[in-house]
Amino acid sequence: MRLSQAWVVARHELRQLRQRRGILVGLIAFPVGVGLGFPALVDLQLVPHGGPDPGSWAPMYLNAFAFWFVIGAASLPTTIASYSIVGEKVSKSLEPLLATPTTDGEILLGKALGALLPTLFAMWLGAALYQGLIDVGTVGAFGYLYYPNWQMAVELFVAAPLVALVAIEASVIISSRVTDFRSAQQYASVLLLPMIIIYVAAEIVLPLNAVNLLLLSGIFALVALALYRVSLRAFRRDEILTRWK
Amino acid sequence: MIHAENLTKRFGDLTAVDHVSLDVREGEVFGFLGPNGAGKTTTVRMLSGLISKSAGSAVVAGCEVGKEADALRLREQIGILPENVGLYEGSSAYENLEYFGQLHRMDPTALRSNIERLLRTMDLWEKKDVRVETFSKGMKQKLAIARTLVHDPVLLFLDEPTANLDPEAAKMVRETILALRRERRTIFLNTHNLDEAQRVCDRVGILRTRLLTVGSPRELEAGLHGRRTVVRLERATETLARAVQDRIGPRPVEVSGDRLLIDVEDPDRENPEIAAAIVAAGGRILELTQPSASLEEVYLKLVHEGAAGS
Repeated sequence: MRLSQAWVVARHELRQLRQRRGILVGLIAFPVGVGLGFPALVDLQLVPHGGPDPGSWAPMYLNAFAFWFVIGAASLPTTIASYSIVGEKVSKSLEPLLATPTTDGEILLGKALGALLPTLFAMWLGAALYQGLIDVGTVGAFGYLYYPNWQMAVELFVAAPLVALVAIEASVIISSRVTDFRSAQQYASVLLLPMIIIYVAAEIVLPLNAVNLLLLSGIFALVALALYRVSLRAFRRDEILTRWK
Repeated sequence: MIHAENLTKRFGDLTAVDHVSLDVREGEVFGFLGPNGAGKTTTVRMLSGLISKSAGSAVVAGCEVGKEADALRLREQIGILPENVGLYEGSSAYENLEYFGQLHRMDPTALRSNIERLLRTMDLWEKKDVRVETFSKGMKQKLAIARTLVHDPVLLFLDEPTANLDPEAAKMVRETILALRRERRTIFLNTHNLDEAQRVCDRVGILRTRLLTVGSPRELEAGLHGRRTVVRLERATETLARAVQDRIGPRPVEVSGDRLLIDVEDPDRENPEIAAAIVAAGGRILELTQPSASLEEVYLKLVHEGAAGS
């Protein structure tokens, strides 16, 4: 595996992304919306009307809000990855690409990076906005800066990249079986379900603290590894040229 | 440049390419003719290492097809123009070539110079920064050919390069292939356009799952009915037929209206003898011709025989 070769593919993917305005808008809108929306909610509703001693109850809400950056990491790369692979399939540009001295793994890694990097960049940007605004809004009530903290660090630097990888690999597998971008998107949106289940469970049984998030990340890593193997099989040139619909 | 032996591809129960053996020499344009579904594209994909072979062996540009260690080296040395050009429509002509040059790990200076040379050759330099989606079909095809050449491959696989093009664009592409031929590039040309094959190919192979025949267009044309000399006379008679047989030996000579139809082995040696024999026997020759079947006749005959045989 030559990383430089994968990087050529990734750079091309990033250039292509610049031309897809719709995807680009979604990529920016979601984290910025979360980054601005939740601090506004905290500022306008929770702290003024939530009761005395916000330091005792507000962190639960803040942790739940922060998990939206992991949910975003599961959702946004599916659009990019699906478009990247189904788009090449539709425009028939995969065959010339496969004819270059690039291995299947290098192409797949390049495409994965092309979906992963903008997603993480957007999520981290939104999270920086979110943390800054939350700190500004809550420092008076808490008496200390809530962010940065370990929980957020695990979410942004461990859970979000792993979840994004799971989403990308699943998108590759889905893309190998469908012929249009919309179908790929619809199937890929099913990936949000486990994230929502975790989100709801967090309210009842599994508080989203740093330790639990690390445990969840371990599961994401295992799923990512399993899907990586399946996606590598789905992305073999023999398969692409003879069996992909 | 290409040596294939018993190359076979099976998809489940279906045999797409059946024991194809062929050789393509360096610097020649080899036309691969066959109807849709004959296995032309599958053969190209196997020879270029894009898909695995079910059986047989092939060596392409010194690389063993199917050998993992040779796979990347093989793809470095060949250029493939697929039937669907598959350009990045939202990118410019320059960006399309640049990406593929980078994937071939070209030195940036050499890549820039190659891109400029190719775009100028293809008459696309003025449009280098224009998005490909605005190009005509012919321009896209030329750009796709430039893409196959960007890394200076020693062997080109062109899969139906003029299919779905209007006559003007097809002519443009054919001229490009002829220019490549003048540069002594080895070209493996998949086509079902017989006129194109006749005009640009040194040799052709006719495929219908199995390779039915290989030869130069002239050889194939001559080989369909054997070689035959037709002499149109003022009056064709049995006496003249016997005179010809006496001169060139016991060959079938047929009298048909005002013509003598003579099977010959070596027309360059025998035709002057035939003419001399007829004149000596008192015949008056109006016309002496060596008719041959067109490549189209050869193709249709072989393909239909192939279909009947399979």
